[in-house]
Amino acid sequence: MSVFLDQCYEHMNKGEVIVAYKGTIGADIITNTLSLVELKLENIDVQNAVKKKLYNILVESLQNLYHHVDVPLNNGESDDCKSNFGIFILSKLEDAFRISTGNFIHHDRIPVIKEKIDKINSLSEEELKEFYKFVLNNQKFSEKGGGGLGLIDMARKSGNKLDYKFFKYSDDFEFFNLTVVINAPSNLN
Amino acid sequence: MELINIEGTPKTPTITMNAESGVIDIKGRSIPENSIEFYKPIVDWLEEYAKTPASKTVVNVQLEYFNTSSSKCILDVFKKLEVLKKNNNDVIINWYYEEDDEDMLEAGEDYESIIKVPFKMIQIVD
Repeated sequence: MSVFLDQCYEHMNKGEVIVAYKGTIGADIITNTLSLVELKLENIDVQNAVKKKLYNILVESLQNLYHHVDVPLNNGESDDCKSNFGIFILSKLEDAFRISTGNFIHHDRIPVIKEKIDKINSLSEEELKEFYKFVLNNQKFSEKGGGGLGLIDMARKSGNKLDYKFFKYSDDFEFFNLTVVINAPSNLN
Repeated sequence: MELINIEGTPKTPTITMNAESGVIDIKGRSIPENSIEFYKPIVDWLEEYAKTPASKTVVNVQLEYFNTSSSKCILDVFKKLEVLKKNNNDVIINWYYEEDDEDMLEAGEDYESIIKVPFKMIQIVD
């Protein structure tokens, strides 16, 4: 189990790490991470607009984990799987930031997730805006409170495609890794 | 009607709602994990307010950040205002955004295109 997770982590880990976390994803962890990141961003020389984008996308990424990570993994194989286990890494690349998150999901949910991300990635900026507005106005809240808008918003704000990968863990479960890159051109001001 | 005065937290906005003056302020950050719970009293209040509204309702929205879960709730709030407007009441939404925050301006424009209430986009200059 932990060898498997180490491999996933290694795959996710690129660039200079700003914050990395592996463990239970709870509301407190999200709150603490956000304030830590905000503090760290103060010392990084990029435009304010980029910091805002990054913060926004980070909120969505973490809350996406929080809402969707709780797949029952009662296969008794490992303690790692018992609760809301997730991984996230925020790192700085040369001219961008990178947010990579990972969580276990049941094999059956893969087609739906794939379809959704592939659709988002196929849309132009204008189409993405229309899709966002459509979902905002027409789709009911899920019981978990997610509006189905998180992924669309991440793609829209970043202006980049969402990158994803599934790592096979067992017959029933896979580790779902989602990565989004936020461009951060060097501060010319 | 009861005044609403909710103090902001790092994840939820400061909200004041005054039925007498018709002024509603939403300010700060709205990034709670469970936004439905947070916005329910606000939506309920507006429903009650709509029965005997002030002659003019002014809604000031000045958010620094909001998550997608809040975006649905904010739409619900605006939909209540739309009903108010439909019943021939004077309603305006002032949408504030910082000058470098194009995403926030765009978010306001998204709402403006969905909700039939006059919006005024106001740039905050430091």
